[in-house]
Amino acid sequence: MRALRFERDVVRFGAARLASGLRPGAGSRWGPLELVTDDEPDLPGPDWVRLSPRLAGICGSDLATVDGRSSRWFEPIVSFPFVPGHEVVADLVPDGSTAATTDATTDATVDGASSRVVLEPVLGCVTRGISPVCPACADGRLGNCEHLAHGDLDAGLQTGYCCDTGGGWSTSMVAHPSQLHAVPDDMPDQAAVLVEPTACAVHGAMRARVRPGDTVAIIGAGTLGLLTLAALARFAPECSTVIGAKHPHQRDLARALGATVVCEPGELARAVRRRTGTQVLGTRGTNGTRSTNGTHGASTSRLTGGAAVTIDCVGSADSLATALAITRPTGRVVMIGMPGVLRADLTPLWQREIELVGAYAYGTEHPVDAEGAPTGESRRTFDMAFELVRAADLGRLVSATYPLERADDAIAHAAEAGRRGAVKIAFDLRQRPPLPTSTRQTRTRPPSARN
Amino acid sequence: MLFHHGEQLRLERLPAERSRIIYPPEPLAGLDDPDQAIRDALENPIDSEPLSALLFADMRLTIAFDDISLPLPQMRRPDIRQRVIEAVLDLAAEAGVTDVHLIAALALHRRMTEEELRHAVGDRVYDSFAPRGQLYNHDAEDPDGMTLIGTTRHGEEVQISTRVATSDLIVYVNINLVSMDGGWKSTATGLSGYQALRHHHNVHTMRQSRSFMDRESSELHRSNWRQGEVLRDAGIKVFQIETTVNNDLYGDGPLKVLAKREWEWTTRDRATFMAAKAGLDRLSPAQRRRILHGWRAPYAMTSVQAGEVEAVHEVTTRHVYDQQLVPVEGQTDILALGLPYICPYNVNSIMNPILVMCLGLGYFFNLYKGRPLVREGGVLIMSHPTTPEFHPVHHPSYIDFFEEVLAETTDPLVMEAQFEERFATDEWYRHLYRTSHAYHGVHPFYMWYWGSHALEHLGGVVVVGGDPATVRRLGFRPASTMSDALEIASDVVGRQPTITYFKNPPLSMVDVT
Repeated sequence: MRALRFERDVVRFGAARLASGLRPGAGSRWGPLELVTDDEPDLPGPDWVRLSPRLAGICGSDLATVDGRSSRWFEPIVSFPFVPGHEVVADLVPDGSTAATTDATTDATVDGASSRVVLEPVLGCVTRGISPVCPACADGRLGNCEHLAHGDLDAGLQTGYCCDTGGGWSTSMVAHPSQLHAVPDDMPDQAAVLVEPTACAVHGAMRARVRPGDTVAIIGAGTLGLLTLAALARFAPECSTVIGAKHPHQRDLARALGATVVCEPGELARAVRRRTGTQVLGTRGTNGTRSTNGTHGASTSRLTGGAAVTIDCVGSADSLATALAITRPTGRVVMIGMPGVLRADLTPLWQREIELVGAYAYGTEHPVDAEGAPTGESRRTFDMAFELVRAADLGRLVSATYPLERADDAIAHAAEAGRRGAVKIAFDLRQRPPLPTSTRQTRTRPPSARN
Repeated sequence: MLFHHGEQLRLERLPAERSRIIYPPEPLAGLDDPDQAIRDALENPIDSEPLSALLFADMRLTIAFDDISLPLPQMRRPDIRQRVIEAVLDLAAEAGVTDVHLIAALALHRRMTEEELRHAVGDRVYDSFAPRGQLYNHDAEDPDGMTLIGTTRHGEEVQISTRVATSDLIVYVNINLVSMDGGWKSTATGLSGYQALRHHHNVHTMRQSRSFMDRESSELHRSNWRQGEVLRDAGIKVFQIETTVNNDLYGDGPLKVLAKREWEWTTRDRATFMAAKAGLDRLSPAQRRRILHGWRAPYAMTSVQAGEVEAVHEVTTRHVYDQQLVPVEGQTDILALGLPYICPYNVNSIMNPILVMCLGLGYFFNLYKGRPLVREGGVLIMSHPTTPEFHPVHHPSYIDFFEEVLAETTDPLVMEAQFEERFATDEWYRHLYRTSHAYHGVHPFYMWYWGSHALEHLGGVVVVGGDPATVRRLGFRPASTMSDALEIASDVVGRQPTITYFKNPPLSMVDVT
């Protein structure tokens, strides 16, 4: 099989970090990611199945990994070498077959059902053969599993970070049946590959616990920001949303996906102020002036009140500072974007009694009513994500696909997606070049890297 | 040709065979003894009893005066307002008047700082009245401080400061820098509030004012005059004092080169200009602002007249025209302007993009009698950096106007219908207007409306050297050079357009036949 494999290589990890400091995404060329030809991964257990990926998305956490910028927090819950890729739509490979012999250009079927599946990549207790399962898994909160480094599998918080499972950036991987969701026949691959990130966004929107009439500010209008906006528009339609979007295509999409107010990132604080009828305090700025070319809109001031909820889909120190400045006292800041190490002044969190909430992955959602009390209803996040992808036509967010052989180009495109007019970039594994014939492991640099 | 370019200066070439330049007239001579002229005007008013005869011991006297927006740039001490107010106070003291209030008639402009008030009225007046709360800025949003007087025959509400409404006499002290200033506009606008101003500070009125610098053709003034009638009929007695100045901005110092015609430049002038340009180019924007806004013009007073509002204003307007009016034959295809660093609303502040629009399409475009200098469907080319910079204290609602309103529309009618009221009643803007030094929330709308006649008249607007994204948000087209601007304009006015460069400042006004 062909795969982009990430090795534990400290020197190249450092090189990736340095290179990405000059140009985001450059870690692909200089870092420990390599295109290899290798044997397909072994099935970890008798009930596991083999998948042949069709499309595999490139997400922000993948980019952080490739660029050597992910947090060391992950070290105990990642195992090397791993094949990245956790946003995956794939074909089930029939028993006894290999991915290499499966025709990925057609929709094969298994037992008369569609063989196309979307992967729910969290490697929780069930996938690890752990029984009894941890309290979080028992409660359906798969993302909160306590056993990410235990059981039948090596450490790995998700497929795509575990040496035993392979990942979507390859032509073959393995999965536990509990991880698979059948894709309806009428759902195109471009839509299906967005189900996983949409599930993240849905979970984030649910973690926001938005009530009718609330104003929700969204920082960032990349894939996650737009999907979160769409999730709020569908599952919390009585709130109003204010989103800061830097690029014209992002603004167009934000409007199409139901944003109440769309503005430049540097104008977000003011837009929230206008929406909530609050006031601005402080006018810090160079030479006492105020330029509208800010990054996320609150570098010069803060609001006396603000949004009931701010959803940070960027995860930087700047975006967190903005979130704290534009969220009303006792409001809630939800971090969906993977933050990493950042320096933050948490005084506003303390003084305004703001809740800072993380939103990772997905599991089972328990919607709340207008008073914030659970309704008693529960739904799988992925089921809600499928519904949303279809209803909001989210497949349109896939802007470009690349073969594995053009990994450098793909990652560079993903790292600069906004500036280049794109949203989601994915690898397309449906067209496969012939494999080299003899070697078990053939390391090659992607073609562009050799130039 | 020398073009002002915000806080910088540029030299531009214009096609010689198709271009004409309109220069401001030479400065008129000032009055030999301004203080004596003021005393004479107070004792020999037009259509009024002498001021001394109107003053009595137990009266409530209110002296209102023009705010920081006049003159531009600020004048050297003593300010004309100080001279006039001291003369009025001398007469009041002789009459035994003790209940005297002095009000900066700023309408919806920002409150003046202590330093600015001291400059306007002088330290002696400030120290005598301000500590006792008798010298202050007008507050159009004071819920207990404004009185509705009535409505005009056109249904326009007339609202004024309660102190003014309850005074026995209002003495209004004007500096009539341009022909728009003065008359009933002083009291009906300067001491009023949003409830009344919205009846003439709107798109319809501005489009019907052709121009608002020509009172006879200005719907803005007709509305103010109607409101003045209501004030007069309500028994509010106004003793109007109007003054005019010449257009001597630079005196005999080295900067005089900026007022000279280029072909008259000596070698010394050229060297002075190059040094000034190089110096400004090397300074930071903050340093440039500090230097330029620190300049005090050596204006000389050319006239002073006092008495009945309308009669006084007729005489004043003639004096303004004597200094500024330039007869011009025929319109032009392209009107070129070099916008300077200052307009009425950024004194000691920043010329933000909305004010750029207002200065070019509002004030300079409307400096005409008869017909606009540029033909209908012609192009306006303005030279200005047009950076997206805003003074956060002075112009908070401008920031939102730029970010929210201009992101949606540049059509003044749409703005008026969809956004104006929300901005005008925003509690935060109201708070800042009343307690800080912020222009009222509605003010940026008025600035945009000021240019609505030009927007309707012109076929295009090009900004030379402006920040492209900002210029586009204003609805205009950016050009990096004057040549590019002329090329862009050729799409609208053809390949051989006539060009008129209207060189301001010093200020002048054209009478186009």
